[in-house]
Amino acid sequence: MSDELTFHFDVDGENFTSAGHASVKVKKILRELGLDPETIRKVSIAMYEGEINMVIHAGGGEADVSVDDKGVTIVLKDSGPGIEDIDKAMEEGFSTAHDNIRSLGFGAGMGLPNMKRYSDEMNIESTVGEGTTITMKVYY
Amino acid sequence: MTINEIKQLLDAEVICGDNLEREVLSACGSDMMSDVLAYVKDQAALLTGLVNAQVIRTAEMMDMIAVVFVRSKKPGQDIIELARESGMVVLATPKRMYEACGILYSNGLKGNGEINE
Ligand SMILES: Nc1ncnc2c1ncn2[C@@H]1O[C@H](COP(=O)(O)OP(=O)(O)O)[C@@H](O)[C@H]1O
Ligand SMILES: [Mg+2]
Repeated sequence: MSDELTFHFDVDGENFTSAGHASVKVKKILRELGLDPETIRKVSIAMYEGEINMVIHAGGGEADVSVDDKGVTIVLKDSGPGIEDIDKAMEEGFSTAHDNIRSLGFGAGMGLPNMKRYSDEMNIESTVGEGTTITMKVYY
Repeated sequence: MTINEIKQLLDAEVICGDNLEREVLSACGSDMMSDVLAYVKDQAALLTGLVNAQVIRTAEMMDMIAVVFVRSKKPGQDIIELARESGMVVLATPKRMYEACGILYSNGLKGNGEINE
């Protein structure tokens, strides 16, 4: 694979039930491309947590995934409230999610740590009041 | 342990999925999906009291092969449809979480954290 393949998804922020839809699609695409299962799993989990975050914290956003000969890059961009203290947000267990989110199975403060765990590189750019862009790379 | 053995040990009902002879190597019991997502193991089963679409997606992202809903919780048609699309076996057991996990564990099915660390 020398050419770069790119995929774009809109992530609907209104609907928790459909959250994760883009990640499921990406997983399917990567399988069809024949990537190794370990890479696929890392990409899917990292993207899924990021997608859930865009829905529960930022009112939705956009996801761009690109695949080249070195690995997979995921860019998650939203125009939500932004993250005030990124170091704090990265701590396991830190969460500003409401109880109703916790009753849906998320909001344990493990999302960003999981994204970090499964990606080989992760970069968060966030401005309060403007939004957040998270870039993750998973190498083969 | 096969999915079929899980079904029998837990008096569970098969909600969807075939291929009950597939081997399950480990299991995880939780209602918090991010906790489940934190530890990946191959061919695992998820036991949960939470019933929504994210349970199926979480299991799918993890390459899990079976989801067991405890306390006879029955998923709706939309959830069953998602499970079918991803080839997931879904079971429902009348047992509570603690009992269901205890039965599987004492019959030799290890926890997610215990195999091939
Ligand atoms: N896209 C985002 N926009 C705004 N805030 C976010 C975003 N992603 C994460 N956060 C903040 O970082 C915190 C920690 O995120 P995470 O580790 O995924 O835990 P959780 O989602 O369970 O709260 C969140 O509670 C939230 O305050
Ligand atoms: Mg999160």
